[in-house]
Amino acid sequence: MDWRVRRIGQALFTVWGVITISFLLVRLMPGNPMSAMIVELEEQGISPTQARYLVELRLNIDPEEPIPIAYVNYVGSMIQGDLGHSMYYDRPVVEVLATALPWTLFVLSWAAFISFFLGITLGALMAYWEGGRLDLGLTGYATVMGSVPFYVLAILLLVFLGYRYGIFPTGGRQPTGVEPGFNWTYIRGVIHHAALPVISMLVVSGAASLSMRGNSIRVLGEDYLRVARLRGLPDSTIAIQYVARNAILPMYTGLMISIGSMFGGSIILEEVFAYRGVGYYMMSAVNQRDYPLMLGAFTIITIAVVIALLIADLTYSKIDPRAGGGKSEGL
Amino acid sequence: MKDSRGPTDGDGQPKAADGDGQPKAADGGSVNSPFETISDIEETRRDRYRKRYENYVYAPFSIIWDDWRARIGLAIIALYVFVGTVGVFLVEPTTNLDGSAFIQPFETWEHPFGTDRMGRDLFADTIHSTRPILIMMASGGLFTVTVGTVFGTIAGYKGGITDTVLSSITDVFINIPGLPLVIVLAVMFEPRNPVLVGILLSIAAWAGLARAIRSQVLTMRRESFTEAARAMDVSTSRIIRKDILPRLMPYIVINMMNATRNIIFSAVGLYFLGVLPFEDQNWGITLYLAYDAGAHYRPGALHWLLIPMIAIIGISVGLILLGQSLDRVFNPRVRARHRNGEAEAEGSEDVEADNTGMMKQV
Repeated sequence: MDWRVRRIGQALFTVWGVITISFLLVRLMPGNPMSAMIVELEEQGISPTQARYLVELRLNIDPEEPIPIAYVNYVGSMIQGDLGHSMYYDRPVVEVLATALPWTLFVLSWAAFISFFLGITLGALMAYWEGGRLDLGLTGYATVMGSVPFYVLAILLLVFLGYRYGIFPTGGRQPTGVEPGFNWTYIRGVIHHAALPVISMLVVSGAASLSMRGNSIRVLGEDYLRVARLRGLPDSTIAIQYVARNAILPMYTGLMISIGSMFGGSIILEEVFAYRGVGYYMMSAVNQRDYPLMLGAFTIITIAVVIALLIADLTYSKIDPRAGGGKSEGL
Repeated sequence: MKDSRGPTDGDGQPKAADGDGQPKAADGGSVNSPFETISDIEETRRDRYRKRYENYVYAPFSIIWDDWRARIGLAIIALYVFVGTVGVFLVEPTTNLDGSAFIQPFETWEHPFGTDRMGRDLFADTIHSTRPILIMMASGGLFTVTVGTVFGTIAGYKGGITDTVLSSITDVFINIPGLPLVIVLAVMFEPRNPVLVGILLSIAAWAGLARAIRSQVLTMRRESFTEAARAMDVSTSRIIRKDILPRLMPYIVINMMNATRNIIFSAVGLYFLGVLPFEDQNWGITLYLAYDAGAHYRPGALHWLLIPMIAIIGISVGLILLGQSLDRVFNPRVRARHRNGEAEAEGSEDVEADNTGMMKQV
């Protein structure tokens, strides 16, 4: 079978797995949210039929149905994009998250983009001047940064750049009192608000530059580079076509994989910066025990990560012609 | 050479085979054959233990000890372990109104790290936080490594339908973003026991390790030594235990360092978010309480946030340094250099491999 078909099947399998996990958690776990919700509604003096209707509206699970049928219906409505009804915001979960998702993606793509290019440039420079002052300094820096959790850094940035010196806003995602639209004040405000979350992701992802450095150094020692030099190819051709291309390859998948961890990290960052993205709503759902919204956010984040990983794998063979059929064997 | 005890245990001398009585060797072969040459050097059990000690304990430690990173890393981790085991008994747990509110650090010797809003002594808080965090690290790290290794080796070695099933499970867990899954599970199960918290936090972390180990086992399976073992009808579990696992050990140990570091990060992160229920103290809870009380903008309360942060960063610096030098221990090039007595390893070329190669999944 074509490995692409297999890879897509695997992605779908993951999404299905996540939906199943959430169904099991909501419906079958002892003390599960569904029974708790029914009890709570009945305590509020809502009639059982009304309570049943409300539960089905919110969770997409009819408590009266036998479990297999409830499961099929649950998966069915999830596939149709009905993620339930948020209890806290009293709106469909999809609606709540649809307004939040672009903001999260905005911050994430900037952070990923900048860290990738910064990492490549710095890593290449470090490899070029291996053992020099820049190399030692940056290696030390990346090591230290590897031991700082990103949220600790986020809090420190918030304390100093946000509260102490007031350079950046301390929360929110867009400027207040400015009409949203395509004008400079608004765009500047949006960038201004996204700056701290992006910076906190960047500083920590200094690791990217380290792996680029390692890759470049490894490539620099290869025989084909000597051959290229002996052939009299210009330095710039060697640097771009030979060194950079081969050193970037492993980084590309690394970047895509790190999108998964960045998405996870964005939950904590959005909470710290009160940045209303998907993670922020997920946390507010956690705090309010708003299970539909929490599971919906979890599903959305999973799907986004699965898509990112899928794109990474499918495009990798375009960049690296050696990859392709043998994808299932080895890394 | 392998086992010379058998024929020598009579009088301690290797029995030279000369005609009378035709002494049988341990394996029952004829003594006169040229294949039966017995090592001149007597190797007792103690010798073998010493050899083992030199190979597995002394050599690694001497390599580690030559590296300043390892010395600092080990010292830091030893300090935390000491604090978590002995320190808990030396320092009394703190209560509300232990001192007045917001005493700054190093202001009085009674409260060396200062106090928080309720007058709790932050020094005692930090000390008593160490133990649960260490337990989480240990349980989570062990869980990650065990599950990852088991899945990886079995999938890689067995192949076929077993591999397909195990690899599919692994792939699902690789694709699921770790932190959101952990948050959902934490909300549902509300774990309180630090061991359980550690396991919960590593629920998705083992998959990356499993995939990496699988691909290594795949190549190892084709190598001649495992093929020979299979030809000799050695059982599968023995091949895995004796031939495959020892060669994976370096990789597993280094991954364990990274796994434990990720456990601290996500544990403290989740406590900070208030996702995990809590009754006793740990650094994440201190952060949560401080942040909740607005220590990030309240004047004179910054140390409340800084002290748990410094505790976290300290232990993860220790783990990173130790991980980097462990990478050197297992690096055959460095090892060979040490065996030749050439103690000083030049440069730091093999450092970057460990903590960047495998981007964490949290």
